[in-house]
Amino acid sequence: MPLIKNGAAADDSWTTALTPDELGHTGPLIVTLELWHAHRERLLGRNGPIGIRLASNQAPDLIAGDLHRFDLVALEFPKFADGRAYSHARLLRERHGFSGELRAVGNVLRDQLLFMVRCGFDSFEVADDRPLDGWEAALSEIDIVYQPAADRRAPVTTERSERPAVAANWAY
Amino acid sequence: MSLKIVTANRLRDGAVVYLAGSARWSERLRDARRATDAAETDALLAAAERAVAAQEVVAPYLIDVVQADGTIHPVGTREIIRASRGPTIKPPVGSFRQDESHV
Amino acid sequence: MYRYDEFDHRFVAQRVEQFRDQVQRRLSGELSEDEFKPLRLMNGLYLQLHAYMLRVAIPYGTLSAKQMRKLAYIARRYDRGFGHFTTRQNIQYNWPKLNEVPDLLADLAEVEMHAIQTSGNCIRNVTADHYAGVAGDEIEDPRVYAEMIRQWSTLHPEFSFLPRKFKVAITGSPNDRAAVRVHDIGLRMVTNEAGEPGFEVIVGGGQGRTPIIGATIRKFLPKQYLLSYLEAILRVYNMLGRRDNIYKARIKILVKETGAEKFAELVEREWQAIKDTPVDLPDAEVERIAAYFAPPAYQTLGAYQPSFEEQRLADRDFAAWVRSNVAAHKQPGYSIVNISLKPEGGVPGDASADQMDLVADLADRYSLSEVRVSHMQNLVLPDVRQTDLYDLWQALVEGELATANIGLLGDIIACPGLDYCNLANARSIPVSQRIGRRFADLKRQHDIGELTLNISGCINACGHHHVGHIGLLGVDKKGEEFYQITLGGRRDEQASVGRIVGPAFSTDQVVDAVETIVNTYLDRRVDADERFIDTVGRIGLEPFKEDLYATH
Repeated sequence: MPLIKNGAAADDSWTTALTPDELGHTGPLIVTLELWHAHRERLLGRNGPIGIRLASNQAPDLIAGDLHRFDLVALEFPKFADGRAYSHARLLRERHGFSGELRAVGNVLRDQLLFMVRCGFDSFEVADDRPLDGWEAALSEIDIVYQPAADRRAPVTTERSERPAVAANWAY
Repeated sequence: MSLKIVTANRLRDGAVVYLAGSARWSERLRDARRATDAAETDALLAAAERAVAAQEVVAPYLIDVVQADGTIHPVGTREIIRASRGPTIKPPVGSFRQDESHV
Repeated sequence: MYRYDEFDHRFVAQRVEQFRDQVQRRLSGELSEDEFKPLRLMNGLYLQLHAYMLRVAIPYGTLSAKQMRKLAYIARRYDRGFGHFTTRQNIQYNWPKLNEVPDLLADLAEVEMHAIQTSGNCIRNVTADHYAGVAGDEIEDPRVYAEMIRQWSTLHPEFSFLPRKFKVAITGSPNDRAAVRVHDIGLRMVTNEAGEPGFEVIVGGGQGRTPIIGATIRKFLPKQYLLSYLEAILRVYNMLGRRDNIYKARIKILVKETGAEKFAELVEREWQAIKDTPVDLPDAEVERIAAYFAPPAYQTLGAYQPSFEEQRLADRDFAAWVRSNVAAHKQPGYSIVNISLKPEGGVPGDASADQMDLVADLADRYSLSEVRVSHMQNLVLPDVRQTDLYDLWQALVEGELATANIGLLGDIIACPGLDYCNLANARSIPVSQRIGRRFADLKRQHDIGELTLNISGCINACGHHHVGHIGLLGVDKKGEEFYQITLGGRRDEQASVGRIVGPAFSTDQVVDAVETIVNTYLDRRVDADERFIDTVGRIGLEPFKEDLYATH
């Protein structure tokens, strides 16, 4: 699956384990929540970065206690219409202070990229081999935001207070 | 089996269209190619899917028609209204029908 | 009213170009219909029975004369010369072409309008009291807060893929003209013991398949926490709302299944964590927005205008129109004028481009250039001097916009129905016209008095039939159009869902059925001052059922 970071294609050093057989893999390893619960001691004992993958119905507070152990959290979008991970991402960043890699996986499409970035995602496992050149454009299509979120973009209210906007009472 | 035809909306302008050939769509229901058995309906739907893939139409589906007066007629209020290409009531004074685009 | 600053202008221009690119990618095949559909919905573009349909946002139902003229231009240039004003204070065009919509949106952007988030599983147009700012019973103009919510909800990255659509309504008056109790979130301005204004927050109301009156989850929310509290509600909904079944995905189901008290606790807990983060606006920004809604420079006039009184006495048609269509304004010497879009034989809520231009001209001349859209599918000129009413009325008569039926039986609210809509099971407009014809006599309508009749063409209830005093729901019975009748619905502060009277009526029977209901009321009311809805409240449904079904 192609990986996007910083608006461009990137190599992926991580492997995802979906079954117990795959837990023996050395190197950076992402495991599902079920695997983490079932094999926690073993996984704690291994060398190498560990990541966790949450389904869309698994909220971040399920892993809050262990969050410091993960270098990566992957959040699933089983269908792009399932928007729960947007909230989960913001909570991970803003409530739980997660500063590792926050990866969107599943039905991840270019037209949701800006929403995902604003909610704190910084890497994206793209759904298929669609042209990647649009992805960077997608980030700069709209540069005004109306509300604070997990990213650094200043909402328009900040911009307004910093410099008085051009006279609003244009004659009609 | 009753007679069936395929209808859809044209992607570009949303107009109601009927599959009239293997790659031809008409705005007139009576031009539609009829299917009388499962093999023929499959062929119609396959042609419709090709048109979807070619960005010509969206949301094709089969509808029943009946033969009468030497031509075919839609069945059911919804398809009758659709085939009439507009509401059953008069829109406000001052409104107009745009020229229908080429068939 | 609110005016865009350079940031708002830039935003909407960028949004147009983003959609233009998305349309290109759809036409080229780079985007499939499945991928494109949510994108076009979030720009208000539906695929309907005959064509595409574009729903343009009219934020909290307020627009300027200049904007109304642009809506007329859009109708002529891109459509078939008319538009439809909706039960959520928006306007719909029935014939736009996909490849022309980006240009259409660019034209709208020139006058600070758009179609953003008028569809899709996101936060929709915030609706408000159509008398906002000019009604005497108001605590504060709710549109200040509606504008705040509009901005906050625009392209909110966390809440653009909700389980389902999300509708917010707000009233600044204890007399609820915005139907806040049948919205996903309803906000009702109230004051606390110290006299400070804030909001009663009502969640989980709605119509559609499962009509429910909303539950109050907070009796008083201080104004300054409005956005953070809404953010908490939306976050709880986004995370916990059902996604397995689209018919159970609205917040009303979540509130019902969780229990209102428990739901309120969940919101409170989340809110405590975010209430002092920057989502709430700084005072300076609230003041900046509020300044746009400051009362205009009204003239100082007396409450009694002799010329107006004389004209009323001299012209009975004018007097009848004043009685039904003109409402009291908080400023002495001014009036609120309702423009009926329900002429007999017309299409409820439709206006031609010529009529839109006329309304724009009249707004410029008589109403400080402002117009409102009500969720009863009518228009409002909010700031008319009493001394201008007669001239205004004559101009409206010429434009067929002066039917004196506001709030009466002829003022039918009807969704577009099967004449236009893909979701419909039956037509609404022809039934509304036949009922209108049966009761065309305005004297008779005045004698019947206040009576709201709503018609929906399907269970989605866009005609708001659940809260009609008389509600009609179109259903398909073996390929025939039938109409199920409900009675006793209310949309005000005593909101209630109408109750079904019995088996549905055929197209042939339904107008007689409505007349039977009206006659039952006339027979049973204690006097002409007892409104239909109050008679229903007093005597219940039994007498109506007996009269309707006795001979079957």
